[in-house]
Amino acid sequence: MQPGHYIVLAAVLFSIGAVGVLVRRNAIVLFMCIELMLNAANLALVTFSRINGTLDGQIMAFFVMVVAAAEVVIGLAIIMSIFRTRRSASVDDANLLKY
Amino acid sequence: MDSPLWPLIAVPLASAAVLLLLGRRADRWGHLLGCASVGASFVLGLVYFLRLRGLPADGRAIEESVFTFIPVEELKVDFGLLLDPLSGVFVLLITGVGFLIHVYAVGYMAHDEGRRRFFGYFNLFVAAMLLLVLGNNYVMVYLGWEGVGLASYLLISFWFTRPSAATAGKKAFIMNRVGDAAFVLAIFLMFAHARSVDFGTVFASVESMSSGVTLAIGLLLLLGACGKSGQVPLQAWLPDAMEGPTPVSALIHAATMVTAGVYLIARSNPIFDANANAQAAVVAVGAVTLVFGAIIGCAKDDIKRVLAWSTVSQIGYMFLGVGLGGAAYALAIIHLLAHGFFKAGLFLGAGSVMHGMNDEVNIRRFGGLWRHLPITWATFGIAWLAIIGLPPLSGFFSKEPIIAEAFQREGWAGWVIGTAALLGAGVTAFYMTRLFVLTFHGPKRWAEDVHPHESPPVMTAPLVLLALGSAAAGGLMATSVPDWLNPVFGGEAEPAGHGVLGHTTVTILSIVVTVLGAGLGWLLFRRGTAAQERPAGPVVTAARKNLYGDAFNEAVFEAPGKYLTRALVYFDNKGIDGLVNGLAAMVGGGSGRLRRVQTGYVRSYALSMLGGALLVAMAFIAVRLG
Amino acid sequence: MDAILAAGAVGTGEAVTFWILAPLAVIGALAMVVARNAVHSALWLVLVMLCLGVFYIVQSGPFLGLAQIIVYTGAIMMLFLFVLMLVGRDASDSLIEVLRGQRLAAALLGIGFVGLAGTMTYRALGPTVAAGLTQANAGGNVQGIAGVLFTNYVFAFEATSALLIAAAVGAMLLAHIERGKDDKVGQLERVRARFAPGSYPGPKAGPGVYATSSSVATPGRLPDGGPSERTVPSILPRRELTEAEIAPKGTDER
Repeated sequence: MQPGHYIVLAAVLFSIGAVGVLVRRNAIVLFMCIELMLNAANLALVTFSRINGTLDGQIMAFFVMVVAAAEVVIGLAIIMSIFRTRRSASVDDANLLKY
Repeated sequence: MDSPLWPLIAVPLASAAVLLLLGRRADRWGHLLGCASVGASFVLGLVYFLRLRGLPADGRAIEESVFTFIPVEELKVDFGLLLDPLSGVFVLLITGVGFLIHVYAVGYMAHDEGRRRFFGYFNLFVAAMLLLVLGNNYVMVYLGWEGVGLASYLLISFWFTRPSAATAGKKAFIMNRVGDAAFVLAIFLMFAHARSVDFGTVFASVESMSSGVTLAIGLLLLLGACGKSGQVPLQAWLPDAMEGPTPVSALIHAATMVTAGVYLIARSNPIFDANANAQAAVVAVGAVTLVFGAIIGCAKDDIKRVLAWSTVSQIGYMFLGVGLGGAAYALAIIHLLAHGFFKAGLFLGAGSVMHGMNDEVNIRRFGGLWRHLPITWATFGIAWLAIIGLPPLSGFFSKEPIIAEAFQREGWAGWVIGTAALLGAGVTAFYMTRLFVLTFHGPKRWAEDVHPHESPPVMTAPLVLLALGSAAAGGLMATSVPDWLNPVFGGEAEPAGHGVLGHTTVTILSIVVTVLGAGLGWLLFRRGTAAQERPAGPVVTAARKNLYGDAFNEAVFEAPGKYLTRALVYFDNKGIDGLVNGLAAMVGGGSGRLRRVQTGYVRSYALSMLGGALLVAMAFIAVRLG
Repeated sequence: MDAILAAGAVGTGEAVTFWILAPLAVIGALAMVVARNAVHSALWLVLVMLCLGVFYIVQSGPFLGLAQIIVYTGAIMMLFLFVLMLVGRDASDSLIEVLRGQRLAAALLGIGFVGLAGTMTYRALGPTVAAGLTQANAGGNVQGIAGVLFTNYVFAFEATSALLIAAAVGAMLLAHIERGKDDKVGQLERVRARFAPGSYPGPKAGPGVYATSSSVATPGRLPDGGPSERTVPSILPRRELTEAEIAPKGTDER
């Protein structure tokens, strides 16, 4: 096998995460699918770092992790405050912009 | 050029502009300025006429180009003016008779608060008519042509608050338009073949034109002339034009504008001389119209309408003259000039009668007015004798030669045309006598509250002058005018009597017919007539209905026109509006359907985002790897 | 698909690791997406992240792999579980999809994306030679990362630290429940409410007190012998207790 297989795996995981975002209604599960997409991107970055022979890919993956952490913190806080006011964690309830 | 020609046109035009632009401020002196400007034009015209007389016969023309009107490469049209013998006599007629009628109008319109506006339009008319006769190329003639059409419209519907007047103005303008379109087409043809619209160039290239082209140009010019002069088939507007004030009827629809058609054909004589069929068409139109007008004139009770149909008939004589060609060109012009005098006199006299009879126009309510309106009676009488052609008044010297020329034609044409002309003369005598007798003689038939009175001097003075002209001008003109007009019409010597009837015979016959007609008229009507119109036989009924001319126009042109309008409106509403509204409805419907894309759900938006990202990725890859 | 040689080549151990863990990761991801229960989804995601951590270690990135396991899986996923327990447990997705064609379109797009990105990147990487990180990791992976991080990327580093502070502050603000001045209940009102008619002044009984089983789901008994609904947490599912569970266990006998 070659390092290219890692990239294919990353693509597969990414698209599974994307489909998950489109299909799931629970806001927190939606968020987890987004985390899956970020992880797939991280895998691709690390693989590229290995292919190129520099550590820059790993650094970028590191930063992605940091930002993901910050994002999760805020996102979950938002979901919680929405839940407190609306008593519902479904993303389908935010549909006031419909035609 | 030591002194230019354009002031002849510019003075009345400037006066018109001043009168119309200054508005009510000019009300107190507007009429005076109007008369003065035409008077000044007359003086100028006389000066130029005399100067023209001083020139040698073969160089008798004053030409000038004021500026370049259309400076396009091949179509280079100058604002050019030409004073030659033909336009010279016309200038004198227009300004001279026009001046007299302007003075008359000062009195006639004295109680009308639109008098200043009237003089503004009147001066505009004089300026346009002068441009028409002075132009040295067909485009200038057309410019004046349109100008007189406009002035005629403005003046016919002068009392525009009256529906009948407004309608009459429209009718005149629209029927004129038909003629104008034909005239324009003739100009196009001329330009196409001669590459110019200048008189000189066009006439020089007539020889190189095929007979089809000259026939086409001739017929188109004839149609244009019919429109302006009120000949069959475009005659229906002239009687309706009597809705305008009487000075208008006198100047425009008797003396000058309606003669513009004759001027056009006379000026274009090289074209008509080149094509015998065109000439035959002109002769036919003239002959038919003179009989047509005469028949209808017998059955009308409105004094002005009788005179209007008389005008139609007399211009038929002029068309007959220019159609016969050769020596008859000059004869037609002589008749035109004489007609200007006596017809203007007749109309102004009628206006005087109307003025004295509280604007009554129905001759069935006149009668025995000779005691109350003596000056009007005398001048009207002289003009009457002139128009029926009694020697030695001017009508005899102008009309009889035309009839004689008609009989000069060989074969059946000579008999037909000549007889028609002769008959027309007789009928003319009949209905003019009827008019005169019913108006001024016989028992009085007017209502008790009418007090007929003579008109003021400002109105009777022009009447007198015009009567003098009607009496004397004929003899003077018959001797000098044909030679005078030689440079224009070519000096063909008259072929010695090859016609069907000789001169003397025709003269005697015409005098006899005239006396018979007049006598019949006097006999039938010396005791007055019924107060109301009584039902009569088919001929009289037809004549009362203008020989079904209006009915014909309505059926053939107006009704299909209305259908066309309705069809177009329908098409506009359903088709074009449907297209536009359908487009709008389509957009609305489309947007109505398209808005359902906005479901409001985040996940459907995410779906479209993923789809978009996929497309972008595909494009990117296609560019980089494909 | 030419052979990639030299230092970055995939060894046998790595290949074996890949072919075992990769399908596992894919199955975990799929299971995460289709699981009805939100907590199950979180646990499947934990599995995927652990596999990815192993992949990072195998690809000469031990620091990153361990950071993935410790920080990402250990901290972030646990944070997810906390929040799930707080708010998301009840909200399980219904099977009925409200939007028409959403699932079909999503599946198609997913397959399309995988096909496109996967095949294209795999083709693009064909002739590339993997360099491997032996040279970069010459002084050790952590030292190598530090060397690059604090020289080339120091500004990004500082920016992300500011980001983290902002995130922490933001989270505090968002989670803060604003209680208005009027909402503040004083001691007097609290006592009055406690002894008002209709409210039980005594402490709530815990589950299983006076009960015959040790299950948390067993309702405690009231003095008259009937079950007390207040003793069992509402999120626990109700079920009928079997005979064996009701029967005394005899634990009080020594």
